[in-house]
Amino acid sequence: MITLKKFDYDKILAHAEKELPNEACGLIAGVVEDGVTIIKKVYLLTNIDHSNEHFSLDPKEQLAAIKDMRAEGLTPLGNWHSHPESPSRPSDEDKRLAYDSRANYMILSLMDRENPVLNSLKIQGDRAEKEELVIVED
Amino acid sequence: MFITVAGVKKEEADGLTVAQLVVDENVEMPQYVTVTINDEFVASGTFESTVLKDGDNVEFLYFMGGGQ
Repeated sequence: MITLKKFDYDKILAHAEKELPNEACGLIAGVVEDGVTIIKKVYLLTNIDHSNEHFSLDPKEQLAAIKDMRAEGLTPLGNWHSHPESPSRPSDEDKRLAYDSRANYMILSLMDRENPVLNSLKIQGDRAEKEELVIVED
Repeated sequence: MFITVAGVKKEEADGLTVAQLVVDENVEMPQYVTVTINDEFVASGTFESTVLKDGDNVEFLYFMGGGQ
């Protein structure tokens, strides 16, 4: 199971909507306690591809985020990105570039703007498995 | 000499290159890794010729990307 604060969900959603029509992206950090992954902080990064079909995290912002995580005692958990026009499931490119099978990959679909869908996935090779994602009140 | 790798201080032999450090640290998928030394990005293709110095602060950054 993985948990995300409602405040942080809203932050991701607002950023993804602001970046439309392009994909938005960022990092997630937190702790793992008793088998539960708890997201404590989300980072909104620049998609240097500025594309509605691809994303790449800005390496300078990524470095700053990693340092911030370390300073706050948080574990890097994975990343998130939006799919402006497709479902909340990993594309072939997402799978190909998901080199860390331990990471949590979150995908927010804005295909139906009135009903955004956020999923968290573990990806290993061609296989993607959805995790139980719980949005918790702040 | 002492260097800091991903926040951890380590003693390493003088003359250590970035390429050797990548091997020593068992960095997975090194083709997707960018290296910074003291917050400066090391140009790809120069890992073999970049020698670390005492006090350097090294970070490994994995490329993160994808597409819908």
